[in-house]
Amino acid sequence: MALLYAITLGVLTTCGVYLLLRARTFTVILGLTLLSHAVNLYLFASGRLVSSAPAIIGLSEQPADPLPQALVLTAIVIGFAMTAFVVVLALKAAVELRNDHVDGENPDEDLA
Amino acid sequence: MNHALILPILLPLITGAGQLLFYQAPFALQRLLGFASTFWLVLLGIWCLQVAGNGEHLVYHAGDWPAPFGIVLILDRLSAVMLALTAVLGFCCLLYASNGGDQRGAHFHALFQFQLAGLNGAFLTGDLFNLFVFFEILLIASYALLLHGGGRARSRAGLHYVIINLVGSALFLIALGTLYGLTGTLNMADLAQRVAQAPPGDIPLLAAASLLLLVVFGVKAAILPLLFWLPRAYSAASAPVAALFAIMTKVGIYAILRVFLLVFALGEAPINETAWGWLWPLALFTLALGGIGVLGSNSLRTLTAYLVVLSVGTLLATISFATQESLGAALFYLIHSTGMTAVFFLLADLLGQQREEGYDNFTATGPIGHRWLLGTLFFFAAIAMVGLPPFSGFVSKAWILQASAQESQGFWLWGVLLAAALLTLIAVSRTGSSWFWRPGDMARPYPLERGPLTLVSSMVGLNGLLAVFGEPVMGYLELTAQQLLDPHAYIAAVLPEAFVARQEVAP
Repeated sequence: MALLYAITLGVLTTCGVYLLLRARTFTVILGLTLLSHAVNLYLFASGRLVSSAPAIIGLSEQPADPLPQALVLTAIVIGFAMTAFVVVLALKAAVELRNDHVDGENPDEDLA
Repeated sequence: MNHALILPILLPLITGAGQLLFYQAPFALQRLLGFASTFWLVLLGIWCLQVAGNGEHLVYHAGDWPAPFGIVLILDRLSAVMLALTAVLGFCCLLYASNGGDQRGAHFHALFQFQLAGLNGAFLTGDLFNLFVFFEILLIASYALLLHGGGRARSRAGLHYVIINLVGSALFLIALGTLYGLTGTLNMADLAQRVAQAPPGDIPLLAAASLLLLVVFGVKAAILPLLFWLPRAYSAASAPVAALFAIMTKVGIYAILRVFLLVFALGEAPINETAWGWLWPLALFTLALGGIGVLGSNSLRTLTAYLVVLSVGTLLATISFATQESLGAALFYLIHSTGMTAVFFLLADLLGQQREEGYDNFTATGPIGHRWLLGTLFFFAAIAMVGLPPFSGFVSKAWILQASAQESQGFWLWGVLLAAALLTLIAVSRTGSSWFWRPGDMARPYPLERGPLTLVSSMVGLNGLLAVFGEPVMGYLELTAQQLLDPHAYIAAVLPEAFVARQEVAP
């Protein structure tokens, strides 16, 4: 399970970073979303991966650590709000600047 | 337990929420509420300074949960200084904004209060994850404040600012996950003890987490490879917002001080040595880049943005010596530079409005109205900024140079700091002479508003007062530095039982 988890995290992070380095706002936001998924999974794993162990004392021999779950919940809520904000901001910028480049101008246009 | 300690967070939070709920109420009422809240914050800041002044750590357990499990708020001298500085700066910015700038976009006052709540929370919290949450609160308020007033330049700068800070948040969470996975705690005092006792195998991972945190705080503070969002964002923001943002880079510096002088400072081979090793050259390059940027700017707002960069470089270079003297000097410079960069952002707006053309661009050569009055104000502000006597910039720089003279590498700081100051002097005198001397009088000057003018003058005056009352302030800051370098007292205040147990075990 740990290996699968680690590979998933790695793939998510790689895709996230790749998309983040693109020039258009839409792909950058997708990259940010993937990266924040990877980060949330990573935070979750910081309490160690255990299966069929609820975070309640007495139900299993080794209860899961509840704190990372709380941290992940907080991080998800914040990440969600931030993504919503950056989507709206990107739309606003695309309308005002008449293109969707992260720098607000299309570098190829100047050459043409 | 003293409940007043949570007021610096709750008061602006509730005020802001109220202003959002009753946004249809008359605008004057919103303004008044904002003023009332910020004024109380100033009073609370003074109270904090007084309470923390006796050297004890004031601890507030949120929900009365005991220390390593619940969230704690801690007031020590450093937090008190930052709280008071934020409150005074916030009050000045709010005064300036209420001259009409706050009506150019929606919900200025509510966002302003949320920003203050986030800042105060970041300065008070004793829990790393809570620090993340307060960072996000102050960031999301700052995103919206940056866009206040609208316009293309702001959208463009805002996009960069938001995206780089979101990446920073992701890195912050990775660092927190690593720290929690290794130590099982996020309470700073508890973390400091566990990091000190960590098995040798965990040290590289802990060092990696500490450097990730350095990157995150470096984005906030704007250290060299991570600062290129700053000039555009700060020069695009409206004047009172940019002036408030003068404290935002200092939040990064506060976090660096707090985390690297507490969490990673204990143990036989403290992990923070790695961070200081990185910080020293990067800070010097930041300082140099700030100086060059100041000289190469094309508007007064961009110039001020590079002055922010310059001040960050100076601060971090001084801090990386990590001695009592250098920390005290850095804190004095922090107060001075925050105030003066804020003054310059406001001044850029004040002068820009009086110029016939070009707002604050250096390329425009049109005349300026009221040039004797405004020229005198600019003259005094400029010598305060550059650090000439009799203003506090001189005192702080002299103290920094004196502190760094005792270090073996100090002469590097001497050279770069004095060169950067010279470049700043050239840049501001060029601005002054081309704006006030070269063009003639304006035929029909625009009416001069007294409120903002008085405000900016009194902020420069406050800077002078800081120099006049330099001695008690320096004494306070020296004790602050002493407290910062003694993390054991902090830990003992947060975790009394653990500390007693450790004392008994130790011979």
